Order: sequence, then C-alpha cells, then structure tokens
Amino acid sequence: MRRRGVLICAFVAGLPALGAAADGQGPTPNMFAPVSTPAYAIREIAFFVLGITGAIFVVVAGLTLYTIIRFRRRAGDGPSEPPQVYGSRQIELAWTVVPFLIVLVLFLVTARYIWGIERYQQPPGAVEVTIVGNQWWWEIRYPKLGVVTANELHVPVSDPARPTPTFITLESADVIHSFWVPQLAGKMDVIPNKTNHVWVDPTTPGTYVGQCAEYCGLQHALMLLIVVVHPREDFERWVAAQQAVARDDPAARRGRELFASLACINCHTVRGTPANGVFGPDLTHLMSRWTIGAGAARNTPENLRAWVDDPGTLKSGALMPAMKLSRRDLDTLTAYLVTLR
Amino acid sequence: MSVLAPTTTSPEAAGNRRALVEQLHDWVVTVDHKRLGIMYVVTGLVFFVIAGAEATAMRVQLAWPGLHVVAPETFNRLFTMHGTTMIFLVGIPIVFGFGNYLVPLMIGARDLAFPRLNAFGFWVLLFGGLLLHFSVVGGDGLYGAGSAPAVGWFAYAPLTGRAFTPGNATDYWNLAILVTGVGTIATAVNLVATTLTMRGPGMTLGRMPIFVWVMLTVSGMTLVILSPLSAAQIMLALDRYLGAHFFDTQAGGSAVMWQHFFWFFGHPEVYILMLPGFGFVSEIIPVFSRKVIFGYATIVAATVSIGLVSLSVWAHHMFAVGMGAPLNSFFALSTMLISVPTGIKIFNWLATMYGGRLQFKTPLLFCCAFLFQFLCAGLTGVMLAVAPFDWQLTDSYFVVAHFHFVLVGSLLFTIFAAMYYWFPKVTGRMLSERLGRWHFWLLVIGFNLTFITMHVPGILGMPRRIYTYQADRGWEIWNLVTTLGVPLQLIAVLIFVVNVVLSLRRGTLAGDDPWDAWTLEWATTSPPPSYNFDAIPVTTSRRPLWDLKHPDDLDGPHE
Repeated sequence: MRRRGVLICAFVAGLPALGAAADGQGPTPNMFAPVSTPAYAIREIAFFVLGITGAIFVVVAGLTLYTIIRFRRRAGDGPSEPPQVYGSRQIELAWTVVPFLIVLVLFLVTARYIWGIERYQQPPGAVEVTIVGNQWWWEIRYPKLGVVTANELHVPVSDPARPTPTFITLESADVIHSFWVPQLAGKMDVIPNKTNHVWVDPTTPGTYVGQCAEYCGLQHALMLLIVVVHPREDFERWVAAQQAVARDDPAARRGRELFASLACINCHTVRGTPANGVFGPDLTHLMSRWTIGAGAARNTPENLRAWVDDPGTLKSGALMPAMKLSRRDLDTLTAYLVTLR
Repeated sequence: MSVLAPTTTSPEAAGNRRALVEQLHDWVVTVDHKRLGIMYVVTGLVFFVIAGAEATAMRVQLAWPGLHVVAPETFNRLFTMHGTTMIFLVGIPIVFGFGNYLVPLMIGARDLAFPRLNAFGFWVLLFGGLLLHFSVVGGDGLYGAGSAPAVGWFAYAPLTGRAFTPGNATDYWNLAILVTGVGTIATAVNLVATTLTMRGPGMTLGRMPIFVWVMLTVSGMTLVILSPLSAAQIMLALDRYLGAHFFDTQAGGSAVMWQHFFWFFGHPEVYILMLPGFGFVSEIIPVFSRKVIFGYATIVAATVSIGLVSLSVWAHHMFAVGMGAPLNSFFALSTMLISVPTGIKIFNWLATMYGGRLQFKTPLLFCCAFLFQFLCAGLTGVMLAVAPFDWQLTDSYFVVAHFHFVLVGSLLFTIFAAMYYWFPKVTGRMLSERLGRWHFWLLVIGFNLTFITMHVPGILGMPRRIYTYQADRGWEIWNLVTTLGVPLQLIAVLIFVVNVVLSLRRGTLAGDDPWDAWTLEWATTSPPPSYNFDAIPVTTSRRPLWDLKHPDDLDGPHE
C-alpha cells in the first residue's frame, strides 16, 4: 500500500514535469510553466489543491483496494451471511466533519487567491490594451499609444521591482470568445455587451501562445493569439514602428492604387491612405506579423497571395470574400502588401 | 434483426410473423410501466450507439495534428450532436427507464400513478430525439443534407442568434430540447406522484429502497430545473423568429443571461443523471457484499442534500465569465460543499463492503471500477471548484476528461452494473458472466487509456471543441493515446450487445431471485406479470426479503 501511495505522489508531483517534457521543441502553452504573476499564483494554488486531493486519493483508493482484497469471498466461506452492521453514528459523524474542515480550508485559500488576482490595482506604469474578439481573429488596440494591430499582442517585460504590467480590456464584436494564454494568466471570456478585464506582467521576454477558448463558430480552432514579450527598449522601438503610417514605396504604387480601387478598403485600414475600413484587421504594418488569418498560415508572400485570391483555401468560412482578381492583379496587389512592413 | 426473420414461409412461420406484428402493436399501445421502462432503456442504448459513433469520428480526427478526416463544419456538428444526444437522449431515457421499471416494483405497486401520462412522456421524448436527428436531412430546408446543429450542446448565445446561425439547424436543436423536456417533466411528475401515493402496505418512506429515494429526489429536481430550461428555449425561439432581444447582444440583450438559464438546468442535470447511478450502486453493493447498507439514513440524507445543494452551484461553469470576486467565491464554496455529501456516500459504500463477503459477479465488478473512477471524477471536480485553478482548466480538455469520468467512468459503469443486475428480472434469463468479464475489463482499460490521458493536453493548453491543432504544441502524443483507447471501448460495447442477444435466446434461466437479494422486485416472477404481484406484498422492514429468509434475525429492530 505504501508503495502505491509513493507511486501516486510521484504521479501528482510529476505532472508538471510531464508538461516540461512535452515542452521540448514547440511553444507548449503549459499552465505549469508560468511567466507572469496571475499564472504563478494559479500554479501555487494548483499545487496546494493537488496536494490535498492527492492525499485524499491515496487514502480512499487505498481503503477501497484493501476492502476489495481483504473481504473477497474465499473458498472456505460457509453459506451463512456475514455480521450485519447497520451503521455507526460516531464513524459517520467523523467522515462528515473531516470533509467539512477540508472544504473550509480550501475555500478560504481559494477566496484569497480570487481576491488577490481579480482585485489587483493598476499601477501608474501599466500599459493599456483593448482586445476585441472577432469571428475568427483578435483586434488589438493600444488606445493611449495610437497603435492598432491584430492577432499578435506585444507587451513589455515587467520588472518585479518596478512592475509595468499590461492591463487588457476585453470586448467582443460578435459572439463569445475567450482570452487564454496559459503561461500568462487564466481564461477570461470575451463577451459582447460586456467589458471584461485581465492583467499580465510577464517577467521573461519570449513568445507565448494561446488561442480562443470558447467555442465561437466554424473556425474556433484557428484563432491563434501570440504574445511577444519584449525587453523595455525593444517594446518602445516596436511601438514607434507601429505608430508610423504605412510606408509609401514608389515601386508598389500600382498595387496601392489597385488596393484603393477595390472593396479591400471597405474592411481594412492602411493608415496614411484612404483605406479606413474597420471590419477586418488593420493592414498598416501587415508584414510585421507572423501569421495570416490568426494562425491559418505563415505570413509569406506566397501564402498572402493565396489568401487574397481565396481565403477559404487556407481557412474555410473566413469572413473575407474571395476577391476574384486576375493573376496579374493578384501579383500587383501582393507586391504592394509585402511593402507594408 | 435478421435472426428473427423466418427463413421459410411455412404456416407456422406465417403465424409467427402475424404474432410479431401483434407483438409490435402491443408495444406501441402499452401503458405498462415495465414495457415503457424497457423502451426507454432500449431507446437510450440506440442513441448511445449513434452518439458513440460521433465520438469515434471526432477522436479519429484529433488523433494527430492537421488531419482532414472530417471538415471543420462537420466536426462542430459532431460534438454538438454527441453532447446533446448523450445528455438528453441517452442519459435521461436510461435513468428514467430504470426508474420507470423499478420504482413500482420496489414499492409494491401495480403500476405508476398515471400510466397513460407515462406512455405520453416516452413517446414525446422519442419524438424529440427523432426531431433532433431529422435536422441531419432537413436542417437547412429541402436541400440541406448534413446540416445538423453546430452550436455546441450548451448553445451559448449569441452564437444561436439568426445572425450567426442562419437556416433551421439551430431551430431543430431548440425545439428538440423543448419537446424532450416535456416528456421528461411528465415522467418526473409521475414518479413523484407514484412514490408519494402508491406505496404498498408497510412501505413507509423510511423503508423505501435507496434507489426509490434517489428517483424521488431526481424527479423533484427535474421539475425545478427543466422549467427554466424550457423557458429559455422559448425565449430563444422568440429571439429567432419574433425579434425578441433576450439574448440578442446586437440589440442590447444579454449573452450571460442564457448561461445562467442554461447552467441552472445544466449542473443539477449532472446530478439528475449521477444520483440514479448512486442508487444502482446502493442497491447492488449490499447484495454482493451480503451486508445491509451501512448508514441508510445518512445515505438518504446525503442524496436529498445533494439534490438541494446542486441547485446553488450552477455558476461554477461561469468562473471565466467575469462575474467578479464575490460571486466567484460563493459558487466556489457551494461547489466544494457538495463534495461533502458525495464523499459521505463513498465512505458508506466502503463501510458496507467492509466486513462483507464480496462476490465478484459482473455487477459488483462494475461497481468497484465505479468507486475508483468516481473518486477521480470527484477530486478533479474539487480542482475545478477552486475558481483560480478553473480559470486555467475550464473549456480545456481537462474539463472534458473530468466530465467523462463522471458520465462514462461513473454513470455508464453503474448503468452497466444495473444492466447485469436487473437483466434477469426483466427477461428471465441471466447474462453471460464470461462475456460480462470481457466487457468489463476491456471497458476499464479502454476508458482509462482514453480519459486519464485526456487530462494532459488540457493542462498543456489545448482548448475543447477545436477540430484540429498545430503540430508544435506538444499535444499530439496525448491525443494519439486518447484515440487508441477508443477501439477497446467499442469492442467492449460490442461484446455487451452480443451478450444481450445471445442471453435473450439461450441464457440460463434466472428464477425469481437469482442474486439472493432483499428488495421487493425479487419477490415476483422474472419477468414480472403485467400486474407485478399476485398479492401486494407487505413490507416489514427495509429488506422485506431478508426478513422472509431470516425470520430469526429480522431487520426491523435495527431501523
């Protein structure tokens, strides 16, 4: 029995390690590999709960196993019935009171963590971001910095001594989505007609992934959210680059005119040009992003061309229509889009 | 069914065929609670096979990243139909089918209080199920083949609005839930009335078998929670067709309100399904341990308090909705509290087995696996009650694994235990023990392979309801193993079907009381006559048949 207990403890304690093993190559969004305070706090309370439930499991499963083995009918048992025990007030009281006490402790700890995470006050140096969920992509706005981008959230690293957390306001343009980057914080739903808030303060620069966690229709699976955590100076450089209007490359003049003459501008904004649509992602700095269609494909000129030709080939049901352009127009347009760095 | 078809057209065979038609007619017009109970369970099993096939298709699609076994829209329809079918057309018919069959027999009654209402309830539920599945051919009008609803089984607004799900597929879902709900409410009313008014002589409330207590609790809960669900369905229909704005966020409606309505039904619903499972276990464990249930009063009290507390836990499905710290704390507390009566039950079952002489017949095997798997389900449930932990776990594959531990690892296992236990009473023949063991072990291995593994991708950040995933997330091996458990479970269920078919034809005859049991259903013939008992038995204690078999050691003085 003791060996069984050890095995179970090893399993419980090994759970995070298990994730770390899977972490080998790709960016596994492992909730047990946090880099930001809310996620650290959740891991802390998770270990506490795993400890308690693990202990309960060992005791109860051990008792069950013992009962099953010890009291199985044996060959020598006669036809008579075993002694009938109808109950015991003391014993039953004991196994009522003890769970109550466990629940009490668990609740107090839980309440403390809920309050700690939800009621954290925004310090003066915080970055403010608004994320708007759309079928099936994320619009990311920095209202105080005048930056609008999509699907890739850039935030500064937060020094615990001088915290610069990022406070995120969540809104939805259509149905319910859910913001979830496991290494940074727990989920917060993105609900139309309701404004939610979540905050992160990543302590390690790097790239972290998450994706929409509430079923939101056809392409719920392709709603990737990448978070890039920059060192402070890099973040400021990124902001400055994003604040600039679109670059006007004379070589792509024909493509720009074509873009402006098509329905593209009804949905997309390219700052510094007449294009000011708001239904689709802002394309001012399109080529600074890694993926097209919120993770549908890598953002390469070939994929971009395929996307403009017919988004459905990369992401069926995407709300952008196939533009039915000639191959020459496609080439011209793609040549313009790749200048939007 | 080909085994039933006659191979020649001799006069004798022709006679059989006419008899078959007459038999079918008898089944269609019957108001006998036993026949309706059987029809409920068989209906549930047929839908179980359909929903199982849907689950298999989903697991194949997810076995490896980037597969194209089914299209995205098909995958979304599959999980919607799988969930809706399993809850409304498998779980509910099977547990209420057992209730229908067993409650009158266990309390010494000749039928339910309202036999015709009972038949109505069954046929309405079946019609609701057919309506839901008709969406597959009729969901978008005449040419809409393959357009089952794709809104998920909890159909969150505003995705169900006409702006986001045009066509009729969502309407089929909407109406099917409304219609099956009417049938379930009818049965619940019937069971409450029967239990309160039709008990035989000597069958006081305090002597009712625990399964009857469970069905009384569950039926009462059904009346409380199905009405709001039906109201929400009507509101949704109004939104979709008459321009109401209950859940229409574009016009100022509330998406969160739908969630409150839905989960006020949805969480107690889990207990409506799971409590009858506890009832089965509370009947089966004592008989195969050869001991009286330990702490009858405590188990009954725990059952009723689970029923009551379950009405106050619903918003733990909504910790990530942004309800704020006070509400999150309240629902964390109420959810943790419900684990107390649930834990008490486990201890009482263990104490019943402790000191007994355990006979490991198939029903007890399923109960033992249930004890371990339900323990796991309960403990992951406690993890999910801890709201901050839930912010990570909810809507991930961890939560999918958790509720499959509840609904498959616990409920389905107890249902199979009940099938093996009461099959002799219902048919007069025993199920094969040998096939039963194969069924059991394959299911235990397959189930655990699939669903223990499934917790891990959730912890590694895999959300539920995605039709595919990227190769670089470290999720592939876990998904592959999860899928590998599926064939084992399919074979196990196939063995069960074979066992039923073979045993119906040449299983050993059961006799009245094959398990040497103690409740009233074993006091009549197997199968029981349509009037149940020649003479209504007089109940002398909680175990009337024990008193008959042990006149020197009556139960009564111990109550």
